Amino acid sequence: MATQFQSSTANRRWRWFTNHAATWLAVGSTVLVVAPLVAIFMDLVYKGASSLNWNFFTKLPVPPGESGGGMANAIIGSIVVLALASLMGIPVGIAGGIYLSEFGRGTKLSTVVRFTADILNGVPSIVMGIAIYGLIVAPTKTFSAFAGGVVLGIMMVPTVARTTEEMMLMVPHSIREAALGLGVPNWRSVLSITLRTAMPGVITGCMLAFARVAGETAPLLFTALGNDFWSTSLNQPIEALPLQIYTYALGPYDEWHRLAWAGSLVLIVLIVVSVSLVRYVTTRGVLKGAN
Amino acid sequence: MSLRIQEPRAPKSADAATPVDGLVPVAVPAPASGVRAFLQARGSSSMADSTFRWVMLLCALSIFAIVGLIAVELVVHSQLTLARFGLKFFVGSAWDPVNSNFGALPFVYGTLVSSAVALVIAVPLAVGVAVFLTEMCPKALRGGLSFLTELLAAIPSVVYGLWGIFVLVPLLRGYIDPVLIKVLGWTGLFVRPDFGIGMFAAGVILAIMILPIISSLTREVMTAVPHTQREAVLALGATRWEMIRMGVLRNARIGIVGSIILGLGRALGETMAVAMVIGSSPTISKSLLAPASTMASVIANEFAEAADDTYRSALIEIGLALFIVTIIVNMLARLLVWAVTRGAPARVN
Amino acid sequence: MGVGIEVNGLNAWYGTNHTLQDITLHIPANEATALIGPSGCGKSTFVRCLNRMHETNPIAKVTGEVKIGGQDIYSETSAVEVRRRIGMVFQRPNPFPTMSIYDNVASGLKLNGFRNRRVLDETVERSLKHAALWDEVRDDLKKKSGASLSGGQQQRLCIARALAVDPEVLLMDEPASALDPVSTAKIEDLIFQLKSQYTIVIVTHNMQQAARVAERTGFFLNGKLIEFDSTHKIFTNPSDKRTEDYITGRFG
Repeated sequence: MATQFQSSTANRRWRWFTNHAATWLAVGSTVLVVAPLVAIFMDLVYKGASSLNWNFFTKLPVPPGESGGGMANAIIGSIVVLALASLMGIPVGIAGGIYLSEFGRGTKLSTVVRFTADILNGVPSIVMGIAIYGLIVAPTKTFSAFAGGVVLGIMMVPTVARTTEEMMLMVPHSIREAALGLGVPNWRSVLSITLRTAMPGVITGCMLAFARVAGETAPLLFTALGNDFWSTSLNQPIEALPLQIYTYALGPYDEWHRLAWAGSLVLIVLIVVSVSLVRYVTTRGVLKGAN
Repeated sequence: MSLRIQEPRAPKSADAATPVDGLVPVAVPAPASGVRAFLQARGSSSMADSTFRWVMLLCALSIFAIVGLIAVELVVHSQLTLARFGLKFFVGSAWDPVNSNFGALPFVYGTLVSSAVALVIAVPLAVGVAVFLTEMCPKALRGGLSFLTELLAAIPSVVYGLWGIFVLVPLLRGYIDPVLIKVLGWTGLFVRPDFGIGMFAAGVILAIMILPIISSLTREVMTAVPHTQREAVLALGATRWEMIRMGVLRNARIGIVGSIILGLGRALGETMAVAMVIGSSPTISKSLLAPASTMASVIANEFAEAADDTYRSALIEIGLALFIVTIIVNMLARLLVWAVTRGAPARVN
Repeated sequence: MGVGIEVNGLNAWYGTNHTLQDITLHIPANEATALIGPSGCGKSTFVRCLNRMHETNPIAKVTGEVKIGGQDIYSETSAVEVRRRIGMVFQRPNPFPTMSIYDNVASGLKLNGFRNRRVLDETVERSLKHAALWDEVRDDLKKKSGASLSGGQQQRLCIARALAVDPEVLLMDEPASALDPVSTAKIEDLIFQLKSQYTIVIVTHNMQQAARVAERTGFFLNGKLIEFDSTHKIFTNPSDKRTEDYITGRFG
């Protein structure tokens, strides 16, 4: 009987083998995943940085075949559209997050709101684009910076709301009690104490949402449309950095391709900075002072 | 009685109401009754409080409004084709804008196949990465690697597309496709002509894009598996792999399925990168190396040039279908992930 | 000057848990009253009912009458107004981490809309002196954050913050339980000096502390007030067997 409980040599070898095979497979897949990322960054830096110069930020696009053009109009356009989007999306998102963390905690309504926000995050951005096309572009009969701002603003709301909620929940309950115990009205305590304590986290959450929509192309195709010239008017079509990258990437000219790489590098730098900030705030704990 | 009672150090005088100067180390002026009067005149501010609460509630409800708005706009603007073709729209394979004849089957096919290719490539890799990061990785490396995968999730679609066109497609055409044709050509899935762009290129770029989503969520559910489960299996003399398989993966499997479905939801709706490398052809072909189109990519590529109303309506109806499908897929995924992580100890408070 | 507190037939619940059962007592003005009892006996819930902090928990419920200076705080006024009149110091020091020392002390006034700079300066100085913290922080009032102080200093900062709104009653929920013995001694000194000007209710699980600082002591057990009398009487000649068991250390 006793022999039954001793593993045979073959069995032991098999277990040793599967254990090591699994380890190496896991390591291998990690390498396979990291490889494209490293490749993308190397390509971006290598191809982008060589075309990134003063002209890129100050010059308008030049006719195909000529060199020395830039993306100044696209940068300005992106700034206009993103400013509009932030003006609409950030306050609504923060307020929604405040509701979720301060008023709706544990209620059915807030569970449903939270769930819907997560679902909304998963709706393809191009679908948002055609919805806003139907809402704004079709009735006004013109593509416009305004429509572009609205669609990006809407896309910011769920992200901002969810990060605001999470950051506010990290504020210790004792801080809220201290404010209430002083007889401070609830609205004041939420804004001046809880939100202010969570502010570093909320701001980086907003930056993350901002960076995400800054790279969005699909929803702008039928709202902001694109524009080869200077425009800052809200009711005219406007250029945006990702739109320009898209156009240039598909174009036949080397000069365009170089500009597309440079534009991508600018976008990526913006995104890397905000993702790093978010990570710094959530892991290093700027909120730590709150303990 | 073990307790030693001390006499109160300053017996209360009959005139307790006046401050006893000797007790206060510094000269303290009498309380400013002005402050007290000011505060008592402030009122309850219950109006401000309830207004504030309502405004916050309204903003939270705006999430519903947004979803409703999208749904209404899509339905209204796809009325033309909804009425004219009905459900046949999704089984017809003719896409002929010139004669105003629309069938979306090639795009449905393209979306399903490209997503399937993406999942086949991404799922094993993502689970591998998650296993490595949660169970094997030295602590020093873990932060950096998970940061890298987060970054991968934040790169804009159009940048993936750019990279796809100029780096991935030449790589596939020059090195990987020929091998696939040689080895798997007999299946009929990998046959010439090969342009580099096409369904397979779209699948690969999608795989790269959804990998971080799947692996980070898988990691989350695996971390949610209580340590006692691992220890229980290890205590039986299991190897590390047996511990992971029996103690971790088995307990986390529902959540892992949820994260895969979430990745699927992203793949179904991904637009720009796919539109840039798939080759844009409204055809159904067995070979993965042939150009194709997805629901999202056809909207991106053709919407701007769709001049007549029926054409536009057809594209919006595809958008509506995409909307409904991604909502269902995302709901399913979230429910599965929630079911697993809900039991985990709350990270807050 | 402080005011007295009359509690009649107070009951409180957390969900279905009946944490306070029919409490009736009269806390005199300008004295320190200590509440003792084993943990979970309801003494903390009781003080939280005195300034309507209990109801900030959504599952909490309370019935009965609490009169402060003759006014029923549950029927005749709002929670916000009550809390302005009744200061509270919590178990763990909880200064506002984003605010300087000065702003922490001034917060009760500033957040309620008080703007007069000169009065604010005076109030901050007086409150910090009252809380015996002035000499330690006077040089970096606006430079240092409240969270940068030591635990004992933070708790005295919280006392100063509570005093700045010039309350009529000061509630202290185990104010020294998270502190070292030296800081505890300082807090006790403070209570001793403050009680001539404020009505102080202090919850403590430390019986020596109750004996040292309070004129009166109430003993809570399982949500009921077992005995309420002068501290001397409670500790030397309690009328109830359960009180005697507790203070002689036979349980709890």
